[in-house]
Formats: sequence, C-alpha cells, structure tokens
Amino acid sequence: MSPSEQSIPHGHVLRYNLRERLTHWVAAAAYIYLLSTGLAFWSPWLFWLAAALGGAQVSRMLHPWAGLLFFASVWNMYVMWARQMKYTDDDRKWWKAVKYYSTNQDDKMPPAGRYNAGQKFLFWGFFWSSLLLLLSGIIMWSPQYFAWHSLIAMRISVLIHASAALFTMGLFMIHLYMGLFAERGAFGSVIRGDVSIAFAKRYHPAWYKEIVGESSSPRK
Amino acid sequence: MSQATLRVQKISGHAGSVPGEDTQREYTVCKLIDTTTCIGCKACEVACMEWNDLPFGETVFDNTYQTMPETRWNYWNLILFNEHEREDGSLMWLMRKNQCMHCAEPGCLAACPADGAIVQYTNGIVDFQQANCIGCGYCITGCPFDIPKMNPKTHRVFKCTLCTDRVSEGLEPACIKSCPTGCLHFGSKDDMLDLAGKRAKQLRDHSNFPKAGVYDPPGVGGTGVVYVLHDATNPELYGGLPKNPHVPLSVKLWKGPLKWLGNVAMIGGLVGLFVHYLRYGPKAREEEDLAAKPGGGKS
Repeated sequence: MSPSEQSIPHGHVLRYNLRERLTHWVAAAAYIYLLSTGLAFWSPWLFWLAAALGGAQVSRMLHPWAGLLFFASVWNMYVMWARQMKYTDDDRKWWKAVKYYSTNQDDKMPPAGRYNAGQKFLFWGFFWSSLLLLLSGIIMWSPQYFAWHSLIAMRISVLIHASAALFTMGLFMIHLYMGLFAERGAFGSVIRGDVSIAFAKRYHPAWYKEIVGESSSPRK
Repeated sequence: MSQATLRVQKISGHAGSVPGEDTQREYTVCKLIDTTTCIGCKACEVACMEWNDLPFGETVFDNTYQTMPETRWNYWNLILFNEHEREDGSLMWLMRKNQCMHCAEPGCLAACPADGAIVQYTNGIVDFQQANCIGCGYCITGCPFDIPKMNPKTHRVFKCTLCTDRVSEGLEPACIKSCPTGCLHFGSKDDMLDLAGKRAKQLRDHSNFPKAGVYDPPGVGGTGVVYVLHDATNPELYGGLPKNPHVPLSVKLWKGPLKWLGNVAMIGGLVGLFVHYLRYGPKAREEEDLAAKPGGGKS
C-alpha cells in the first residue's frame, strides 16, 4: 500500500488502496442484490422486490451465484484484513467507552487503530455470517442434484440462512449509517481512497500515528 | 392447474386478503384409502400417470414389489409394500397407496415464499401452480410426508393434484376410478370419515384387528386423504406413515417467532438509526475540517 500509486490531495492520507476499494464495492453490489432478493423471499409484503429485479424465478436462480460472488469478496477481505482485525486490549477499552462513541463524544474514546473495535465486530460478524450463509445456502441451492440431500439438513439450513441474514442486516444498517451519515468523509474514503488528516486523527489516531510515524513532527 | 370453478381459500407467499376465502359454501373433499382391502395391483399408479399425462421414468427394482423407492416429480402415486411379522409369528403384507395427503394446514403452503405457487381450494385440495413456482424447494422442507418433488430440469415442484381438473367437473380422481377392489373411495370428508369409522369398527369387531382405526392426523388439521389401517397405533409400519405429523418445527419457528423478531428488528433498527441521527447528527463535518485547516493547522 504505497501512497505513490495514486495522487493524494494535500492534507489527506490514503486509507483504502484500489484492491480494498474494489473488493468493497463488489461485496456491496452483491450484498444489495442478495438483500433485495432475500427480502423478497422473506416476506410476501416485499415479494415485489423480486418482481422489480426481473421476476422471482430469475431472483431465485441468480441469488446463489450472487452469494458466491459475495463470499469470494468477503474471503478477499479476510485475506487483506484479518491480521488488522485482531482484537486487542484497546478494543476492550473501546467497547467499555462505546456510549461516548455513540453519542458523538469521540474525544473521550480510547485511541483506535486503523479499525476501531466496532469495525472489527462488523468485519468478524460479516465473515462468520457469510460462512454460515454459504454453507446453508449450498445445502438449499439444488437439493434435487445431490444424492446426499437430507430434509433435516435443509430444514436447519433454512433457519440458519434466515437468522444469519438478519444478523448481517443489522450490521449492514449500522455500517451504512456510520459510513454515509455519522462519519463524514468515510464514504469518500472508500471511493477515492483518501481521508483528511483531521478524519484520521479524529477517528483513528493510533493508525495516524502509525503511518506518519513517531518521528514526524506533530502538528501544533 | 387452477380451475375456474375452484375458488382459493389459502395462498402461499401472499400479502393481503385471499379472494376465495369464505366465499363458497362447499364441502371438503376427501379420499379414503382402505389399506385392508388393497391388493397392491398398482392400477392407481397407472391411472395417475395416464390421466395426468406424466412422462414415464425408469422403475427401480429393489427386491420388492414396489415400483420405485419414493414418489417422484412425475410419479405422484406410489404403493408402498411392507412385509410385517406380527407378534404371533404370522406374516402380513402391508400395502399403502402413498401420495399427497392434502393437509388442512399444509406445511408446504406455509413454507412457500412465492406468491400463488401453492393454493388451497375451498374444497380442501392443495394444489401447486408451477407457473408461479420459483424452485426454492422450501415446500419440500415444509412437508411432513416428504411428498413434493422438484423437476431438476425446470426447477419446479410437482405433486398429486387430487385430480383438481376432474374434481372440479364433478368426477372422482383417476386413481379412485381405477381401483378394482373398491379400497379407494371419494366423497365429502364427513362421509369418508363415517365410512372409514364403520370399516374400522368392522375390522375390530369381526376380523381380529383390535387396533384397527382411521388415520386422519390432527397435527396438520386433518388430511384430505384418510386411511383405514389394521393397526392404527402403528402407522409407521405402512411405509413410514408418520404417527403424529405436524408442520416441522423449523418452519413454525421461521414463519412465527423468527419472522416477528426479524421484522421488529428491521423496522426498529431503521427508526432507531433515524432518531439517533436527529438527536446526535453527524460526528463531525468534513467541511469544517477543511475550513479550519488553512487557519494554522488545527490539531
């Protein structure tokens, strides 16, 4: 992740390189499709979503493929970020202070690294849910093709699939809220890749220190 | 296939009211299968394929008289054979015609997410509408009798229709018409239960079958197909007929508490986040950062 691979405006630092941004948006596109078609199958009141997306049959046909794409991008995230997502003592402190975070008193928060504890929770929540969704989804995909198909496995899979999907929706809503509304600058960072120094210092001071280095003269 | 004279009282995956609910004064139809007089001739199997124009698949020989191990998407009616040794050492050859039971509370319909893919007519027949089927297979998980089967090519699920097309014209289902021993009967549910009860009593009183009885499981609200069994306390003997079938717990959980929990969480989450934003707003504004910077490096 060398900053030289793209031009960063003055007063900004690179937060997400191209691979990270691309992966994010592949996952986002796949997830939104999965969410819309999944919700159509979740409730009759949302069945129109499937009609809007080309019909319920098409939705049923493409949903598993979009799921594979989504899992592939989540796996790529795992490869890129798993090490950065390790829980630390600072994260425990962060969770203890989460009420300050949720009430916008960020100055009272323990310094976060590249990812704060909430973001790490989001990551691992999505990672494990995706794994569950993949396994249950494969069992539900084409029961007629597999000799080993069992009714019990399918019944459990339907439950797991719905529960895991609901869990990711909770994560997704908070993710959207944080990225689009609460943390101004976050949305731009996953498109253009950079954040302002003020953003980095405010939300990820430990990370900022790490990339700028202890030696660099602090701004006064 | 839907018929104009059949009105619909339940629809799968359907939002809002059901057009045919409470609109018709109609009796519930019922098929009675007297396993004690079935000779396993399979005329009903042939009649079913003939009438419903089903392509014939390969039979599977497994050292029994059974045509194949279980029903298929194109084989809706299958006689299950079981050799059973009784306590006194005598042998019984049990034969049960297996097909959709047309439950009053169908698990397939409860599990189905596709609008109108499964309907229940006011006469009680549960029918699949393949044009609306999306091939998810959820109905398969909802059936306590393992009846719906998917066509692997078209990804649509099929099963016995109780010959809705014939019944809507006042005819009996094809299987009934073909039965040479008269072990199959068709009529109103009340009449069939009455007939079945009399036959079971006859078996108890005169034929040394003290456990004879009628199979009309209450766990699924009763069925549109009822059996007379020599031993009603042991329906599993008859090709695994479940003793107390009910809509699977997974489907009940998923369509009940999980659905409510999920809906409340989704709407609550959206409202909660919106209110949170109204109360607290964004954490900070990026424009201010930019504006503050030239002013000499705000820390």
